Amino acid sequence: MSFFKKLKEKITKQTDAVTEKFKDGLTKTRDSFSGRVNDLVARYRKVDEDFFEELEEILIQADVGFETVMELIEELKMEVKRQNIQDPAEVQGVISEKLVEIYQGGEDETSRLNIQAEGLTVLLFVGVNGVGKTTTIGKLAHKFKVEGKKVVLAAGDTFRAGAIEQLEVWGERVGVDVIKQGAGSDPAAVMFDAVQAAKSRNADILICDTAGRLQNKVNLMKELEKVKRVIEREVPNAPHEVLLVLDATTGQNALIQAKTFKEATNVSGIVLTKLDGTAKGGIVLAIRNELGIPVKFVGLGEKMDDLQEFDAEQYVYGLFADLVEKEEIE
Amino acid sequence: MAFEGLADRLQSTMQKIRGKGKVSEADVKEMMREVRLALLEADVNFKVVKEFVKKVSERAVGQEVLKSLTPGQQVIKVVKEELTNLMGGEESKIAVSNRPPTVIMMVGLQGAGKTTTTGKLANLLRKKYNRTPLLVAADIYRPAAIKQLETLGKQLDMPVFSLGDQVSPVEIAKQAIAKAKEDHHDYVLIDTAGRLHVDEALMGELKEIKELANPNEIFLVVDAMTGQDAVNVAASFNEQLGLTGVVLTKLDGDTRGGAALSIRSVTNTPIKFIGLGEKLDALESFHPERMASRILGMGDVLTLIEKAQENVDEEKAREMEKKMRTASFTLDDFLEQLGQVRNMGPLDELLKMMPGANKIKGLNNMQIDEKQITHVEAIIQSMTKEEKIHPEIITAGRRKRIAKGSGTSVPEVNRLLKQFEDMKKMMKQMTGMQQKGKKKGKKKGGFNLPFNPFQ
Ligand SMILES: Nc1nc2c(ncn2[C@@H]2O[C@H](COP(=O)(O)OP(=O)(O)OP(=O)(O)O)[C@@H](O)[C@H]2O)c(=O)[nH]1
Ligand SMILES: Nc1nc2c(ncn2[C@@H]2O[C@H](COP(=O)(O)OP(=O)(O)OP(=O)(O)O)[C@@H](O)[C@H]2O)c(=O)[nH]1
Ligand SMILES: [Mg+2]
Ligand SMILES: [Mg+2]
Repeated sequence: MSFFKKLKEKITKQTDAVTEKFKDGLTKTRDSFSGRVNDLVARYRKVDEDFFEELEEILIQADVGFETVMELIEELKMEVKRQNIQDPAEVQGVISEKLVEIYQGGEDETSRLNIQAEGLTVLLFVGVNGVGKTTTIGKLAHKFKVEGKKVVLAAGDTFRAGAIEQLEVWGERVGVDVIKQGAGSDPAAVMFDAVQAAKSRNADILICDTAGRLQNKVNLMKELEKVKRVIEREVPNAPHEVLLVLDATTGQNALIQAKTFKEATNVSGIVLTKLDGTAKGGIVLAIRNELGIPVKFVGLGEKMDDLQEFDAEQYVYGLFADLVEKEEIE
Repeated sequence: MAFEGLADRLQSTMQKIRGKGKVSEADVKEMMREVRLALLEADVNFKVVKEFVKKVSERAVGQEVLKSLTPGQQVIKVVKEELTNLMGGEESKIAVSNRPPTVIMMVGLQGAGKTTTTGKLANLLRKKYNRTPLLVAADIYRPAAIKQLETLGKQLDMPVFSLGDQVSPVEIAKQAIAKAKEDHHDYVLIDTAGRLHVDEALMGELKEIKELANPNEIFLVVDAMTGQDAVNVAASFNEQLGLTGVVLTKLDGDTRGGAALSIRSVTNTPIKFIGLGEKLDALESFHPERMASRILGMGDVLTLIEKAQENVDEEKAREMEKKMRTASFTLDDFLEQLGQVRNMGPLDELLKMMPGANKIKGLNNMQIDEKQITHVEAIIQSMTKEEKIHPEIITAGRRKRIAKGSGTSVPEVNRLLKQFEDMKKMMKQMTGMQQKGKKKGKKKGGFNLPFNPFQ
């Protein structure tokens, strides 16, 4: 069975609305991306330098990340040479396969969070300004609540105007407690309080919000490290996940964000937000390729249930549905 | 991962040409490929890049570069000129209505920085133009959006108009303008909710507000880190609303900010302001030339110097500028400036603006602490006059002596010397691309600064 057939079968087995929603969110991405690949293939008679140059552009337009694109193109060129491919249509299969390979990283990784069967699980959210940390925390709290877990939120953004209130509104919406101190107080102190509160209330999950910070602000990154240390000290093996939130509209800078936040807080996963827009979020490909950080969730809107677990196959399927179907017909 | 600036990219081509002593059209083509890559890496939209490169190629092949003895510099010059032109002039003027109040609408994607920028603009209008703006909370969707603007209003001690989140934004805008007239506010700044350009319902709402409020300015607020999608967003907002200006936020980060070029070229609307921080005074005029340098990875020398001037006395700043430019910078100068630099504010921010600084490994982890500064000071103070001017004479024996004299260790002395050399090399880069022997390629890390021994 061909690679794509396998992929498709696996997807169709996951019948629920999740797949649909995921696909919906990605249609815009998919249409333009695979549309352009098809277009490219149709226009070229020969696989030559110009062909590759344009392919490069298609990938770059998806914000895949420059170095990843270059590597990919190199590999493709080699493959084309090895298999002695002359016809652009044949390259198509190789292109998709390579991309899937990068997404999957060889192993069958799941996007499951590291949730403790017993005792408190602490999740720490980090990221630059305005990417969707607080909103994602609201959505995730809702998801856990529905699963019957007891959730507590920590209002660790004491800096931005209205940040505490924003989290409180989410707390009310979802029906979970929010631990806070006044605006301007020390975020590490808030975390300390929150951990104690979560413990004494027998919470299953504590989700910690932090202020948005640009990764080149050394002092703010130090502050974040301190926040993490407090959590580490108060709960063994915590935080169980450090989730970096990335905005899908972000370009190459997302790679630097991932690298720097990883160095500072040992990021364990990514949440890719705002995928309901027209941006493609292709930079996650580069991030996985270069830093090995997996995407765990994607944000598909501003509402409580607009959060989906990331499924690499679905994501790729969403991007390449046209290509997949085409291969089947052949 | 290290993003190279254009100057670095052109190095290897230059080397080849130097060997041949003549520039061919093929060489120009190769250089253009590097230009293209540099721009793509900076997030300039690929279509915009294509057009741009075509234009520059024409100029280049049109003999300007072919004839030049310094083709690399010539290419950079042409590229920078074209880039600067494309980004338009400096237009940080804000409209004034002859029938007050002047109405300004802030629009954009979610999280771009509209609310913050609304506060910053109000601050600017008061400080620079002596105006009395009314802030309007017309985001009824995002949790605590109203509270956010009210908090900013409080920080600024300025009134914020709100009707809660149960009244339509159109109605809020209407009543706010009436209220502004009544209270004699000369400006009305409407903060709207973030929305996707493809969200028809919400874009319709903005059109309605526009009809009713008849704004003098509609500012699109865009995150400077935006990638290829910037063209779609900007074009779409412009088509649907007719923008009058753009504000580029979060430029205090380390993004190249190629979105600026993309946006400018698809909307043909001036970028008026840039956001340089979260605080309410972190709004500045847009300078096309500086932006061009930044996109090309040539550092923002002007802003660096300006910052220095703000905090250091002017004469010394000029001196520093000159020394940096000519790279005639001794350890003594370094020592003297150490104190000055300490007063200039966050050192990491300053360093980021220096050419090549984006490649400095470890800059992200850099931390300036008093004790470590003292170490560096002690090391330099333990050197002889001669050693400070010609550090290359410092032999192993001398190093031992210096370490002993300063109460530090030989490795610490070595590190300082090594990094001082590297820094001088980097400073040379600022003057152009004269420096030789640097190989192109994925050289991770690159330079280190003498500031690094603080680590
Ligand atoms: N369309 C869309 N909007 C989103 C998504 N996630 C968050 N947002 C919106 O993005 C904006 C910023 O979200 P926040 O949750 O406040 O972001 P943050 O990272 O906490 O921001 P700071 O704390 O200021 O750094 C809000 O308007 C959210 O409603 C998403 O998946 N899709
Ligand atoms: N570092 C930095 N942060 C900024 C800048 N401008 C805004 N921010 C931050 O970006 C985040 C989002 O800013 P907001 O003003 O809430 O953005 P918004 O466009 O109003 O967001 P929505 O209303 O949710 O669409 C906040 O954390 C701000 O503090 C800037 O120039 N530099
Ligand atoms: Mg937040
Ligand atoms: Mg807002």
